[in-house]
Amino acid sequence: MKRGPAVLTGVHFINGDVACAEGALAAGCRFFAGYPITPATEIAERMAERLPEVGGTFIQMEDEIASISAVLGASWAGVKAMTATSGPGFSLMMENLGFGYMTETPCVIVNVQRGGPSTGLPTLVGQGDMMQARWGSHGDYETIALAPSSAQEMFDLTIAAFNLSEKYRLPVLIMSDAVIGHITERVIIPPEEEIPIVNRKRFTGPRETYLPYLPEDDLVPPMVAAGEGYRVYITGLTHDERGYPSTSPDAQERLVRRLAEKVRRNARDIIRLEERGMEDADVVLVAYGISARVAYRAMELARAAGRRVGWLRLITVWPFPEERLRELAARVRAFIVPELNLGQIAREVERCAAGRALTIPVLRPGGAVHDPREILAAIEEASHV
Amino acid sequence: MSEERHPLDHLLRADRLPHIWCPGCGIGIAMRCLVLALEELRIPLDRTVVVSGIGCSARVAGYVRLDGFHTTHGRAIPFATGLKLANPDLTVIVFSGDGDLAAIGGNHLIHAARRNVDLTVICVNNFIYGMTGGQSGPTTPLAARSTTTPYGNFEPPFNLPALVAASGAVYVARWTVFHVRRLITALQEAITKRGFSFVEILSPCPTGYLRRNKLGDALDMMRVFKTQSEIRHGAPPAEVGIELGKKLILGKFVDLERPTYHERMRKQLAAFFIEPYVEKVSEEVEAEEVES
Amino acid sequence: MSRWEVKIAGFGGQGIILAGYLLGKAAAVYDRRHATMVQSYGPEARGSACNSQVIIADEPIYYPYLTEPDVLIAMSQEAYARFAPEVKPGGLVLIERDLVAPDAGRLRDEGPGEDTVRLYALPATKIAEELGHRIVANIVMLGFLCALAPIVSPSGMREAVRSSLPKSAIELNLMAFEAGYERGRLSRSADDRV
Repeated sequence: MKRGPAVLTGVHFINGDVACAEGALAAGCRFFAGYPITPATEIAERMAERLPEVGGTFIQMEDEIASISAVLGASWAGVKAMTATSGPGFSLMMENLGFGYMTETPCVIVNVQRGGPSTGLPTLVGQGDMMQARWGSHGDYETIALAPSSAQEMFDLTIAAFNLSEKYRLPVLIMSDAVIGHITERVIIPPEEEIPIVNRKRFTGPRETYLPYLPEDDLVPPMVAAGEGYRVYITGLTHDERGYPSTSPDAQERLVRRLAEKVRRNARDIIRLEERGMEDADVVLVAYGISARVAYRAMELARAAGRRVGWLRLITVWPFPEERLRELAARVRAFIVPELNLGQIAREVERCAAGRALTIPVLRPGGAVHDPREILAAIEEASHV
Repeated sequence: MSEERHPLDHLLRADRLPHIWCPGCGIGIAMRCLVLALEELRIPLDRTVVVSGIGCSARVAGYVRLDGFHTTHGRAIPFATGLKLANPDLTVIVFSGDGDLAAIGGNHLIHAARRNVDLTVICVNNFIYGMTGGQSGPTTPLAARSTTTPYGNFEPPFNLPALVAASGAVYVARWTVFHVRRLITALQEAITKRGFSFVEILSPCPTGYLRRNKLGDALDMMRVFKTQSEIRHGAPPAEVGIELGKKLILGKFVDLERPTYHERMRKQLAAFFIEPYVEKVSEEVEAEEVES
Repeated sequence: MSRWEVKIAGFGGQGIILAGYLLGKAAAVYDRRHATMVQSYGPEARGSACNSQVIIADEPIYYPYLTEPDVLIAMSQEAYARFAPEVKPGGLVLIERDLVAPDAGRLRDEGPGEDTVRLYALPATKIAEELGHRIVANIVMLGFLCALAPIVSPSGMREAVRSSLPKSAIELNLMAFEAGYERGRLSRSADDRV
């Protein structure tokens, strides 16, 4: 066998998990550590097969804590790294995810969500980890989470996730779901030269002048890798610009504020949305992942019945697109939020609507997607308010 | 008045002193032994990394002037595994305590030994959780008092050399902070050994362990290390468990050859690829070396 | 027709998912149309009820589930009993003759002519065994389907088989496809619906 290409340019019929792995390779990911878990296992399996072909490293660790730890370590060796899991493993990763935010370590974590809590429904869809993605690790931080809606987006958004993680130096989450992980669809992989790649800012100046946590104007400090001679000290403790631990409230204020601000201030660069029918909409469906595709069907049915319904798909879920939701709240009658949990993103929508528009959650705790008619019924309800 | 400089200052972050350790604590001696071992070894220190978890011993990663990673509790070994796998040219040393490595991180310890990843794990064993104020741990001897065993410990401790040897470690030694010369030699052997090597360092915790067990102060413990220990190289690891009031068995227990993780990986993959299997990272590093 | 909804159902181990995959791949990769496949399966690797749902369309497919299947391939009695009533008037039901006893009453029949559900039976497993291995019964059924409905091009199906299966299995699978296709062609011209 010869070494394979990293970018499989061409038209494919592959499932979302496989597309995700291919997106990672196209983005330059050369290290994967993971632990088997339905419905994310196919990502690990694909990486196990493909990484050796491109000179990368795959390792199956003893658990998900070890997996994310190894990913963080690999990133500090200067290599783009990823892990993939589902709810139970995502829970195990939370502490080290926080270490990633605190130490500003670029990496990508994929959660192919299934029904929870606990072991829940291993083979069936859920979207119950959306708030865990936002708040799951202890302490205050901001994150970036993307929600793919198709196999094609499992490819595209994995590349976007790597680029964002490298640009802003933080773990980026791909909040997929069991349907999108296993859905098999046409995926077009473009030529390598058409794929935009972002690499972390590197510090290359003299050793004496390097301060590992001195940010530039975008609030992101340039990074070095272990073994380059900079002799950095990296800790999960609150630290100063030198990276040295500090117990001063002032250091805490500066560091924790900056970690949040580097995401908040760049929200416009980070947030992506897809919209339909917004021109004349008086009711707007807000959805993400597989639920967005079900909601699209409901919109078609409602439009056929003469309802003026818009469709807003969250591609970026965190940071939440507050600005756009507030604009819409000022001119639409209601938001309808179908999701496969008991109301997580619906709360965010309600917060942004702030009473100016009605928020109608349409909820299922996972196990199956909505019947589009459930969403249609909510549209009817909203239209008669 | 000229500032006096310690000959090892280039290997220590003097700007971080004073350290956090209590008077009489042995971790400082263990760190000094590590630094002396590295100084004499003449390995490329720019490519030498110290990884630690959480606890008193874990603070070493921040006092040595090397690339240092002070990771989360128990996770030094998997973090180090990621570093080493992503860049095999690094010399990766894990320096942490018994609670961090053998309790919360115990599963990672045995799996890294099983894989025979080329890491050196240095475990300071002071029989107690020091940083949180003296709770019992996986190495606390039977009957010992701690804040969480106020009536005496009744959980049998791990025999760490036996644990890692059974899991596949290729180098296993135990010394105390009294035996500094032998300890330095052992650290050098462990660091240069290819594969998973493990050095247990017995060390006094006067604040959290000795005081509560009426074992005197640090000097008394050093006296115990001197008079109550027996050096038995090659002793079967199963026979070196530690019991209160019994001899402490020290020495090099295991030193054998076994293919490392990387050696097995490259050999296995070579059967499937036409070109010899070498990860890209090291190719790039080698290329740089040729240029410079 | 610009949109086809196909359900393939039977037991785990019958190649149900592979059949759906090959159909979708033929459409997506070789006929350059949109195709989506979702599957359902239980925790058991073999023997549990399983089905794959394939949608093929000229437009992007948002809702990936079948609303009213145009085609059902039933490889088990249970699959037939459960899914045959969902097939759209004017649709097509293909059954594995030796595994399914059809009960015409289950089919939606809204009058004569175009709205009737057409039912065809094929001893796919027997044909596969005659070719060398019963494992290719799923591919025999795909050949049968290709001849009876213009869902994907036969050349696209052949390419999908060639590009998806291990080298050693391609020849047998292509023979299976041709055998099913030939039977389908004969059935269509003879109009020998069940």
